[in-house]
Parts: sequence; structure tokens; C-alpha cells
Amino acid sequence: MEFPKELKYTKSHEWVKFSDDTTAQVGITDYAQQELGGIVFVNLPEEGDELTAGTSFAEVESVKAVSDIYAPVSGTVSQINEELLDSPEMINEGAYEAWFVTVSDISDREEMLSAEEYAAFVEEEKAKEE
Amino acid sequence: MELIFEKSREGRALSILPACDVEIVMPKECRAEAPKLPQLSENDLSRHYTQLMKRTFGVNDGFYPLGSCTMKYNPKINELTAALPGFAGVHPLQEEDTVQGCLTAMKTAEKYLCEITGMDAMTMQPAAGAHGELTGLLLIKAYHEDRGDARRTKIIVPDSAHGTNPASAAMAGFEVVNIPSGEDGCVDLQKLREVCGQDTAGLMLTNPNTVGLFDKNILEITRIVHEAGGLCYYDGANLNAVVGIVRPGDMGFDVIHLNLHKTFSTPHGGGGPGSGPVGCKQLLVDFLPAPYVAEGETLRFEQPEKSIGKVKEFYGNFLVMVKALTYVMMLGREGIPEVAKHAVLNANYMMEGLKDIYKMAYDERCMHEFVMDLSPLKHKTGVSAMDVAKGLLDLGIHPPTMYFPLIVHEALMVEPTETESKETLDAAVAAFRKLYDMACEEPGTLHEAPVSAAVRRLDELSAARNPRINYYAAQASSSKAKAKKEEAR
Repeated sequence: MEFPKELKYTKSHEWVKFSDDTTAQVGITDYAQQELGGIVFVNLPEEGDELTAGTSFAEVESVKAVSDIYAPVSGTVSQINEELLDSPEMINEGAYEAWFVTVSDISDREEMLSAEEYAAFVEEEKAKEE
Repeated sequence: MELIFEKSREGRALSILPACDVEIVMPKECRAEAPKLPQLSENDLSRHYTQLMKRTFGVNDGFYPLGSCTMKYNPKINELTAALPGFAGVHPLQEEDTVQGCLTAMKTAEKYLCEITGMDAMTMQPAAGAHGELTGLLLIKAYHEDRGDARRTKIIVPDSAHGTNPASAAMAGFEVVNIPSGEDGCVDLQKLREVCGQDTAGLMLTNPNTVGLFDKNILEITRIVHEAGGLCYYDGANLNAVVGIVRPGDMGFDVIHLNLHKTFSTPHGGGGPGSGPVGCKQLLVDFLPAPYVAEGETLRFEQPEKSIGKVKEFYGNFLVMVKALTYVMMLGREGIPEVAKHAVLNANYMMEGLKDIYKMAYDERCMHEFVMDLSPLKHKTGVSAMDVAKGLLDLGIHPPTMYFPLIVHEALMVEPTETESKETLDAAVAAFRKLYDMACEEPGTLHEAPVSAAVRRLDELSAARNPRINYYAAQASSSKAKAKKEEAR
């Protein structure tokens, strides 16, 4: 399982890629897509929507269930990845390329983990299941 | 196998009708073109349905422990009473005086079901569980509106609830407030207190809940909601665990639905239709759907004073209610509590037989169903809950509910019901144990399962990503693909 060093992570399994202090791309992690299984549908917000850190901003539907995706930051959606709407399997194929939204004017952020910290967190989660 | 439309041959028919000897009068509103109905001889038709029947699996074929669905055996006497001409032959528009027997059956069923649930009145109109939820929520809405309390816009739903609960609340125009369950799978009282307030219209709850546990704080839960000014809705999906033992009305619920097709032994699934009567306490009686059977010198249909209107044409699925009434009368006051006791005993018996190898999501006494967490098995062998479920098909058992409740990973939810014998339960335990061994020794075999069912493993992922919902379009595109392949060769 991959944990790219340049990304930040949340405990609810989103990744965040900051391009500067107030702009970032958001997606879900490789671990998240693996746990969800085959993803069949994605529901994204609209450009211009306001996100609030810690609240749900998108949904992914897998063969198993529908899951909420939580915003790691507060800000404005400046771009959405429309390709995902037609090809949700892109998330399974490459979780770190399949960004959901770009958020601008970031004003607040959730607690975030480094790649190393997140890798350790995932190990803990896995151990819990065993 | 071929569709009935593909077996159809122009001009073939079931019976030979004599030539029409009266003038044919067709109003001009009539359709110009005959409907495209299949044309078959009676024996071809009979064989078609027998063939279909052989490809399905029902309670009459074998063990069917589909959690939260209460797939209990449907006693045959139910069919007998429902087929009595006095019930089956009436027309819904007949004068009330000519259907006093049917109205008596409805009133009797209402009284018995109210006594069982601790309610004051009940409507038989809703056609199924979720329809009952919507009806019950509309009663709650009408109640608050009638008191001029427009602030109550939120319905609280625990995260372990049936998916229909938040859906029904949204459909009734409420905002859904989700609250997480505690570590023990029950409602987190602290969280509940935090979300209860002047905007709380009500709470929806299943007890026992979807992980098969009875929420011991139920009186405290309903008290918290009542003190905030909200009402409490009981989802009757799991009533089988407590029927005749404890009453939702005594737990503090104001409005409930029953699934006659679960707890009260009417056919479930393809054998339907369902029936989801909604019962309520006195404070909601005036809002019940119309018509409601009222008592007087004779029984009459009446419109309750502030009725929310109709939720279904006429009186609901009347004959289904007759079957449920038959069931209640056959069991009587002594028999009804036995249903719950045996349902709980059977579930615990199976759980005890499996818990040394399968991880139980909540390792304590369960109610009528238990939830297994197959994530350790998946990590160890790669065999998932889905694989085990498909493996059961090859062993002649209908799979339990999979991947629900969502709060348990790799969940299998098993509900044996009270109607299964010790021998059947033992055989099912043996089947689950056999699959566990197979998962450890030859996991590949289970990824391939089922091998003996009418169809092999379906590609659910492709079906969900590229749904082809028109049979003919799907046929055409697959034959096109075939032709292309041929060409390529």
C-alpha cells in the first residue's frame, strides 16, 4: 500500500495535496478504496460550494455501501473532477491521481497526519480487525 | 432460460372461446392496438412457471436466515383463510352493511395487534415497512403542525438504523440527524442528549437494534426525546425478538409500524405483497389515514378528524391482514410469546455453535439475530463475507444478510427464526464451519462459489457500473459482441 510523502492525511482516510497555504486537492486514500471495494458511483459538490472541515462533502458508493467523504479543510470548491462522475473506477485504479475537488480560500483545517503517521494509523486500524 | 415473451407464438391460447354473438361496442377511448401479451398453451405456461420456481430458493426449499428479514415459515392455514370466498370475493366498493364480516376481521386484527404492541389504534393501509415509516412520520408531522409548533424539523436516527429510516424521514420532509452508536452497539445517551432540542420532531429506533441487541436504556432514551418535546417512532422490523414479551408502547414509543410479512408470517419477498400497519397512541389517533374502521351499531368507515388522508387505495392489502390475523389467532396469548423465546433461543444456539471460529461483532447474549465480523477471516485467508455467503448457496442454504449493518466490517447477519428445528440449526452450523475450513485450506474454491446454483457468481461491479436494465437491449448488445468476436476469428 502506498502513502506518498508529499501528501497530508486524515483519520477518516482522505488525502490532501496543498499547492499553497490556501489551495489544495482532496481525494481518498489507497487504503480507503481498498476497504470500500469496487466503487460504482461518486457524488461530488458543485463548484462554488462552501466546505466545512469535518463535515461530509461527497459520497462514494461501492458494491457494499454508500460512504460519506469528509472535508479535511474549510474553503470554497474551485474545481471538481468531472471525470470521476463518469468513471468512478478511476479511484480504485489510482487513488492518489483520482482527486475529488480543488478547494481554494482555505480558512480552517482538520488535524492532519504525515505519510508516516498515517501509515502507522492504518496499521493500527488493520490490527483492530484481526 | 427463455422469457415468456420469447416462448410466445402468435395465435396460441389457453382456451377456445365461443364466437361473440353480441354487437361489439368499443368506446372510442379504447386503445387501438391490442396489448402485447404473451400467447402460450396452458401446459407451456405451467411448465414456464415450474421452471422458474425450480430456479429460485424460498423458505419452502430450505434454511433462509436472512438477518433482519425474519424469513419465517408461512403456515398453510393462512392461505386457506385468505382464500375464503367471503374474504377473497368482496369488492372494495361494496356497501359497508354487506361486508360487516370483513370489517370485523379488520377491527379484530387491529385490537389484537394493538394489544401485542401497546398501542391505542392502528391503520392497516400501508403496504410495507418503509411505507409504514412514511405514514408514521407524517402522523408526527401533523401532530406538531396541529399544535402550531413549526420549529420541529429534525428526526434523529442512530447510525445502526435500517437505511429506510433516514430515507423515510427525508421523504416526509424532515432533516435527518444521525447519531453514532456507542462501543456496545446501542444508542449513545450523551450524544442523544446533545442533539435533542426544540427542533426535534422525533426519534426513529429499532429495538432490538440491527446488531441484534436489546437497548437496555430504552426507557431513558424515550424519556430524553419526550422531554425535548419530540415523539418516538418504533421500527417494527425486529419485533420478532420481543413479540408477546415486551411492548413498544410500554418502552415509551408513540407510533410504530409492524411488518406483517415478517413477524406475523405472511409471505415475504416475491411471495408478497407486504403489509405495514401503523399503530399509535391516543395523541395521534385523530391524524390516522382515512378510512378508519369505527365501531358503533355496526362497523363503519370513518375519516379521522384531522386525517393525513389516504396512503394507499382502499384499506391496504386486506387479504395479507387476514393471514396475519389467522396467525395471531392460531397462536393465541400462550403461543405469541413462544415465538419470541424460540427465535432468541435459536439465534443464541447458532451463535454459540460458531463463536469459537467466527468473530462475533458483539460477543454477548443476542436477541433474534447475531452479527459476525468476517474481517479476521478475510485478513487471514482472503475469503470475504461475500465468498462465504456464496459458498452457502452450494450447501443448500440461503445466505444471511451481507455487509449490513454498516457499522460492522465484513458483516454477516444471521436470523434463524423460531420455526427452524434443532436439526436444521445443527446442519447450518456445520455448513458455516465447513466453509471456514475451506477458507483456510482452499480459499480459491470459495472465490469461485457458487458452482451449483442456477447462475454462477454475478459480476455485481460491472452491473452497477454499466447497468443494462432493458433485457432486449442487453441481448442485442451481447449478440453484437458475439458477432464481433466471430468476425475477429
